[in-house]
Parts: sequence; structure tokens; C-alpha cells
Amino acid sequence: MNELKFRPKSKIREFLGEKFIAVNAFIALIAIVLIFLFIFKEAIPIFTDSEIREEAGLDKMVFRQEFYEGREAKWSWQPNSEVPKYSLFPLFIGTLKAALIAMLFAAPLGIGAAVYSSEFAGKKMKEIIKPIIELLAGIPSVVLGFFALMILATFLQITLGLTFRLNALNAGIALGLAVIPIVFTIAEDAMNSVPGSLREAATALGANKWQVSLTTVLPAALPGIAAGVVLGFGRAVGETMIVLMASGNAAIISGSFLDSIRTFSATIAAELAEVVFGSAHYSVLFFIGSLLFVFTFIINFAGDMVLTRIKIKIQGKM
Amino acid sequence: MKKSFLILGLAMVIIGTGILVAGSTITIKGSDTLVRLGQRWAEEYMKEFPGTVIQVSGGGSGTGIAALLNGSTDICEASRDMKEKEYKKAKELGITPYRVSVALDGIAVFLHEENPVQNLTYAQLKGIYTGSITNWKEVGGNDARIILYGRENNSGTYTFFKEHVLNKEDYSEYTQTLPGTAAVVNAVSKDKNGIGYGGIAWAKGVKFAAVSEEDGGEYVIPSVETVSDGTYPISRDLYWFFSGQPTGNLKKLVNWALSDKGQKIAEEIDYVPLSKEKAKEYTIK
Repeated sequence: MNELKFRPKSKIREFLGEKFIAVNAFIALIAIVLIFLFIFKEAIPIFTDSEIREEAGLDKMVFRQEFYEGREAKWSWQPNSEVPKYSLFPLFIGTLKAALIAMLFAAPLGIGAAVYSSEFAGKKMKEIIKPIIELLAGIPSVVLGFFALMILATFLQITLGLTFRLNALNAGIALGLAVIPIVFTIAEDAMNSVPGSLREAATALGANKWQVSLTTVLPAALPGIAAGVVLGFGRAVGETMIVLMASGNAAIISGSFLDSIRTFSATIAAELAEVVFGSAHYSVLFFIGSLLFVFTFIINFAGDMVLTRIKIKIQGKM
Repeated sequence: MKKSFLILGLAMVIIGTGILVAGSTITIKGSDTLVRLGQRWAEEYMKEFPGTVIQVSGGGSGTGIAALLNGSTDICEASRDMKEKEYKKAKELGITPYRVSVALDGIAVFLHEENPVQNLTYAQLKGIYTGSITNWKEVGGNDARIILYGRENNSGTYTFFKEHVLNKEDYSEYTQTLPGTAAVVNAVSKDKNGIGYGGIAWAKGVKFAAVSEEDGGEYVIPSVETVSDGTYPISRDLYWFFSGQPTGNLKKLVNWALSDKGQKIAEEIDYVPLSKEKAKEYTIK
């Protein structure tokens, strides 16, 4: 039998090596904390500086404002106007609409594909489907945005007879394409992780393939599927390039999916490059950035927590 | 050990070259309206005077001015003058902006080629873009909703149109914002009920509206001639801003752009040249 020979290592080298690797592990954590601190630091003047608070304080961003004497109070995003207006509500509605449409489009498709792939597809099909859907994930978002701007928008306008060519539906569908791989991968993993004993028990009780999948496996995998949808939603909220190109960027408040929208992320992307350093507009943009950061952080954290708990449950470890 | 020295040496050579090149590089940043002209001038200048490297990029007048103020560009191209806030900021930073008009530009109103409407007054344009006029039939066209296309709020074109035609009032929130004049033209060319605005140097696939400043005045279609002689009302100077009066390479470049040769190049790519007197006036002694 071969003997493995290990050279005796010095204790100092071992100690340093260990600490070095530990530092690497912590760098990601430190980076997240620092990024958040820097972004939030630039947004703080909204709360502390009296001049900026006058122009863009928290109440001005949230509530309806009577910008001109005598006219009705309303929400409006016009930061470069004679009377700057910083209502966040239109942007919030826009972000929500885009993400919602994306999920309505991506969740059924992603989950459906996952159910098919894990329950009904033959081995060969499985090997084809997974890489193809993950190919979708590899498409750069600017390419998806370009596709939506040039082709999808015209197609939708002709088929549905739309008034606005660039609208929430257009951006939402393209967003959905970017999100499908996320939902699919996580949902498929969740379904594959359902123990075989559960399926066998259902079959033994007389269920056919459909019944096994829909009544036993799907419910068992539900927490994982839900986590996939939640993580997909987080991605849809933060996505910038697609909405910047395909949504029309008009800060409109309305319930219709066929109106143009302006999202938080697109607003930052479009306006940050020029904004006068240190102005109220500048701080508001960073405040929006902090909001996005916190929101996606919470969503991703929640989603990941659920997935980890499921993994632990299945593997039976602690 | 030997390998790491080799890599270090290679890195130093690359960085060194970068620093050398940076020394004789002129950066030009700013207006998307001007970027084509900047690029063409850079190309021709570099052909005539090899050894200078000129880098041109767009991003909007606001972006260019911000870059000038934080020192990341030598020349800022702008399709509008600097705002009071920006002049103030420059003063705080100890920069004296030096402004040179390098060309003229007309802002055309773009309509879809099949749109029956041809003439628009300032009052109608203002109504359309502030949202008080919403249907084409109100200005003599079809019974259809007017779809507004415009630029982002960091654009000099956005600012100029707002100050000049909208009298500083806000654009309607239904204005869809696009990242450059080419994108606006593209959007209007695909939308029968669309209307857009932008520099005349960019129009392909759309038609120009004939504009009159007064109701009942003469409607003029924008072209190099009508902008140059002032009959087309929506026209503006296109500027290059420097940090202080330019000297050396920068002075050479701007005087070359203002020369007959530079102005002829501008005219070739559909920008409106300055009159000979103006060009001479702006040339730096």
C-alpha cells in the first residue's frame, strides 16, 4: 500500500494560512456592509441637512404635495424642474408593476418546466431542458432589453393594438425571461429533493403519475418553490437595463399594465451620471439606492433562509 | 519567483505605456447631440496631426459638465449653457469655465412620415408636451392619442426645449424618456402617433414639422440654411467648455475646429456651421 508522506509544517505557517483563508471568507461580508454604509451615507443629508430636507425630505418623498399654489396635491417625479418634485410613489408603483408582471409570466413557466423536468421528462429530455433554460440565464440583460425595445414592443403593439409602444407589459415580459431560469432551477432542485419514499408511498396507494406529482410531490416541494419565486422577485425588482430600455421611463401612476412605467433602478441609472454632486437630487438618488439594497437584501435573505432550512431538514443534519 | 518578477515587469510596462499615452491624450465628454461631431473632428484632426490621441464619448451635456468640474475631462461638449448651480459649483472648486460656440444646431420636431399634421406653433408644441393637448385632432390630425417621446432630464436638448418652447414648465409625466436623439427618432419612426424632438443632424425615417413661433406666423422647416440664417426659431449654439482659457494642444484643437476646414467638416455631417464672422470671433488668439 502506498504511504502518503506529509512534511511537518511549521505551526506559524498553519496559523497564518488559517487566518488568511478566514479573512477571504469575511471579505464578502465586509464588502456588503461597506457598500451599504457608503450608499446610505450619501443619503443621510435628507434627514440631517435642513436645506435638503426642505427640498426633498422624507415627507415630501412619500406624501402628495401641493407643488403649485391652488393646484391639487399630487405625486410627481420631476427632479429637474423649476420646482423640483421628488415623490417616490410613481417610481414605487412602476417597480412593483414590472416585477409583478415578470413573476406572473415567469412563475408558471418556470414551475411548469420544473415539474415537467423532474416528474415527467425522460433522462434525455432532462439533459436537454436544464442547460437550455440555464442558457436563458446567460443572456446579458442589455441584450434582453434590446430585444424588448426593438422586437417585442412592436409585436405587442401590433397584436394588442396598444397606445404606448414601450410599457410595463413589454418590460415585464422581458424581465420574466431573465427570471425564469432562477425560478426553474430552484423549483426543480426542490422537487428533486423530495424523498423517493414519498413518491413510492403514493404509487403504492394507487396514484398515477399525475396524481403523485400534483398531490404529493408538489405540496412537499412547495417551500422550495416559494423560495424560488421570492428570489426571482428580488431579481426582478433590482434589474435595471431591461426596464431602462423597454419600459418608456415615464413616471405614471396607474393600474394599467399597458401604461409606461419608471422604476427605481432605471431612475438611478438614468439620472445619477449627471446629477450635481451633493445636491438634494443626489441624496434622493442614493436614498433610492439604499431602499433597493435593503429590499433585495431582505428578500434574498428570506429566500435563502427557507432553502437552507429545507436542505437541513432533508439531509437530517443540524 | 522568476515568474512573478516577469509578471510584475510586464505590468509596469503596461502601466507605464498607459501613463505615457495619457499624457498626450485629449478627452472630450458630454453632449450626445455633439458626440458625432466631436468624433468626426477627432478623426480628422488625428489624421492631420498624428501623435495626438483624442477620446470622445457621450453621456449627455450634464454628464460632460460634471466631468469637467471633477477634472475627468479636458473638453466638455454641451448642447446647453451651464446652469447657475453648475457655475456656482465650478466657482467653489476654483474652476473658471471657458465657453466656445463651435457649431449651431436646430432642434427639430419629429413626426411619423404618415402623420397628416405638418405645421405646429410654439403654443401647440407647449400644449402637447405639457399634456394639455392630448389628441392629434386638436392640432388638425387624426383622432388618436398623442404619444410623447423625449429625452432624460440630464440632456441639454431636454433642458433647451423646456426653457425655449415650454417656457420652463414641466413636461407631461406621460413623456417617455429615451437615452439619445437617435433613440427618439427610432421610436417616432415606429409609432404613427408619436412626436419627438432632437437635433436636426440625426433624423432618418421621420419627417420634420414646420414650426412657427407665433400663431399665424410663417412655418419654417428646419435645415442647415434656415438654422444658419435664423429663420428657424428653435435653434441654439453648441458649446465646448474648457477649464480656463485653453492653451497648447487644446487651443490648437479648438482653433482648428473653428477654422474653415473644421466648419466644413461639420457641415458635411449635417451640423450647422457658424458664420465666418462668429467663427473668427471665437478663435482664441
